Amino acid sequence: MSTASTPGAVRDAAGGPVKTGPSRSADRADPGPGTRTAYPLYVAGRLGGAAVSLLAVLVTSFFLFRIIPGDPVSTMTHGAPTSAAQLAALRKQFGLDLPLWQQFTDYCAKALTGDLGTSYQFHAPVGELIMTKLPATLLLTGVAVVIYSALGLWLGTRSAWRNGGLGDRLNTGVALTLWSVPSFWLGLLLIIVFSVGIGPVPGLFPTGGMESGDTTGFARILDVAHHLVLPVLTLVAVGYAQTLLVMRSSLLDEMGGDYLTTARAKGLRDASVRRRHAVPNALLPTVTMVFINLGHVAGGSILVETVFSWPGLGGLFYQGLSVPDLPLVQGLFLVFAGAMIVMNLLADLLYPLLDPRVGR
Amino acid sequence: MKRAPRASGVVEAAGARGAPGLLEIRDLRVTYGSGASAVPAVRGVDLAVGPGQKLGIAGESGCGKSTLALALLRLLPSSARLSGEILLDGEDVLTMKWGRLRAVRWAGASIVFQGAMHSLNAVHRIGDQIAEPVLLHRRATPAAGRARAAELLEQVGLPAARADAYPHELSGGQRQRVMIAMALACDPRLIVADEPTTALDVMIQAQILRLIERLVAEQDIGLLMISHDLAVLADTCDRLAVMYAGRIVEEGPARAVYDAAEHPYGRALSAAFPRIGDPASRRAPRGLPGDPPDPAALPSGCTFHPRCPVALDVCEREDQPLREAGPGRSAACVRVGAAVPAGEQPR
Ligand SMILES: Nc1ncnc2c1ncn2[C@@H]1O[C@H](COP(=O)(O)OP(=O)(O)OP(=O)(O)O)[C@@H](O)[C@H]1O
Ligand code: SF4
Ligand SMILES: [Mg+2]
Repeated sequence: MSTASTPGAVRDAAGGPVKTGPSRSADRADPGPGTRTAYPLYVAGRLGGAAVSLLAVLVTSFFLFRIIPGDPVSTMTHGAPTSAAQLAALRKQFGLDLPLWQQFTDYCAKALTGDLGTSYQFHAPVGELIMTKLPATLLLTGVAVVIYSALGLWLGTRSAWRNGGLGDRLNTGVALTLWSVPSFWLGLLLIIVFSVGIGPVPGLFPTGGMESGDTTGFARILDVAHHLVLPVLTLVAVGYAQTLLVMRSSLLDEMGGDYLTTARAKGLRDASVRRRHAVPNALLPTVTMVFINLGHVAGGSILVETVFSWPGLGGLFYQGLSVPDLPLVQGLFLVFAGAMIVMNLLADLLYPLLDPRVGR
Repeated sequence: MKRAPRASGVVEAAGARGAPGLLEIRDLRVTYGSGASAVPAVRGVDLAVGPGQKLGIAGESGCGKSTLALALLRLLPSSARLSGEILLDGEDVLTMKWGRLRAVRWAGASIVFQGAMHSLNAVHRIGDQIAEPVLLHRRATPAAGRARAAELLEQVGLPAARADAYPHELSGGQRQRVMIAMALACDPRLIVADEPTTALDVMIQAQILRLIERLVAEQDIGLLMISHDLAVLADTCDRLAVMYAGRIVEEGPARAVYDAAEHPYGRALSAAFPRIGDPASRRAPRGLPGDPPDPAALPSGCTFHPRCPVALDVCEREDQPLREAGPGRSAACVRVGAAVPAGEQPR
């Protein structure tokens, strides 16, 4: 588990054939490398795979949003009467008069140099727009992802350890119910109950936005936290079930393990057997899960940000879609998908380092 | 084979009925599940192991050996129901409070488990796993724990530097040595070894047996060794108990039982393992026709009668208790001791 093993392990792999025992990892779903693949080779493979995925995303992002109905140019003029000549000039300005393939090659060439184009509606570079909205999204979804990953792991552990008991059934039942609730609906419900106030419940939280704008310093931090409560609650409620279920099944797989009998025989308390022996083994398969959750940080939740008028990427994406502001939505799509790909890549690269059984 | 001359004296003393034992098992019964699906895995076992004494338990797969071993420290799953007494130094394990039981586990008696690969935790370094019970029971500092692990590794013939290895980085024999080192960690008075050499090849098997023998003799530890291989046990232990369908069917001094078993099943077992670790005999045990009985549906009378080459009519009807079969020996067979009852014909 410790990172101290990493350099040695890599050296092992470079130094020759990796010695493997009749490893248990052979019979688990193994997102890591084959037991005989040397780690550097594996890293190269994964990096290559991620690059291919990014290219695919680049292509997809270009074509996907061209099927949205609506003419960006006419939206830009806000329906004001405009002459055909003016529309043509606008088209020319944004390169929309060129053949599709040429638009595509231009787009790719620019994207590869980091230039995501200029937003039709904000008349500003897409990269800059994204950067100004990114912190709000990272804050909201970052807090939510950390909370629901931790909550899922904790509840999943409890559920599996008392497998089949009342607590387990209650836990999984509640999690699955919340999972199937649409996030915007839950968000609206929370706003109605806790922001607007209903019956004896006063309006405890703001209906939306990230801050009231009249505070500074520590008071501002409290104000932002106050605004965070309901959207985070929404994201956590609909999001933690996945982690819970993965952790639960992973721990259930470990619970028949003979090494747990050894741990009990040593005289460890039940809680220590679980914490020191069962959970570290069960955590390995959930690492991927947690990283996929982290991949959602950039994408955030478009619906929840919209419902809570959160000034983040989700709201920006929503605005972009309604135009359609092609450079903006393409750029956002790239960022969302890119975050997922990078987090998946990290999970893949980290897994073999965490699991000492996987040959490196 | 080679036995310390000192050992035989101890054997006689501890073997005598009524002598205070390190471990005394009285009428132990273990049943998995309940109702129609109940599996009586252990059905009334009496055994005693004195300090420094080595008792072997032999029997086919499924006869209840591991169940017996796990019962000693109450490690069975919650579906198992236990009755009888397991006296460790005079204290009944089955009625101990949880706190006391945890204190007795590993410090009073430790277990070398069947299958070292799965019995070690794959994600912890072996040094940490060996030191864990030391930290727990002796409240040792981490540094003291590490020192103890290094010392134990050397004792079992592994370089102390291997403490940093993970289980999968060791060979099967090395892992078994680690298990033994771990079992010794808190200087227990009793070690239970469940098939400590089954997964190993013959050379390594012999090394591990010598190692166990030496350590047990040096530290005057009681040993309860379990195997399906009678030859292995006869080679290592002072006394032998043969188990069949959850009961002891023969017990006595190791050599005597191995060379001339009184019970037909004991004879079949010793014929099946003519010499230690013979791979051919392990795959196709000789002289053991038929399958081991299903503990959920045991035959009537003497449970061995469907496979017994010398069964009598009475065997089908009458349960056979352990009876005396010479000095310090007993066997559960109608043919032992008394003459064959009048009117009974060999079938
Ligand atoms: N948890 C359990 N639930 C139900 N039955 C069990 C359980 N564990 C063991 N048994 C049954 O109890 C009997 C004795 O099992 P045990 O593991 O003690 O045999 P063993 O003598 O150690 O065999 P082996 O040589 O294969 O290790 C077997 O018939 C087995 O199927
Ligand atoms: S009692 Fe009968 S069946 Fe059982 S071992 Fe003896 S002779 Fe065989
Ligand atoms: Mg067994």
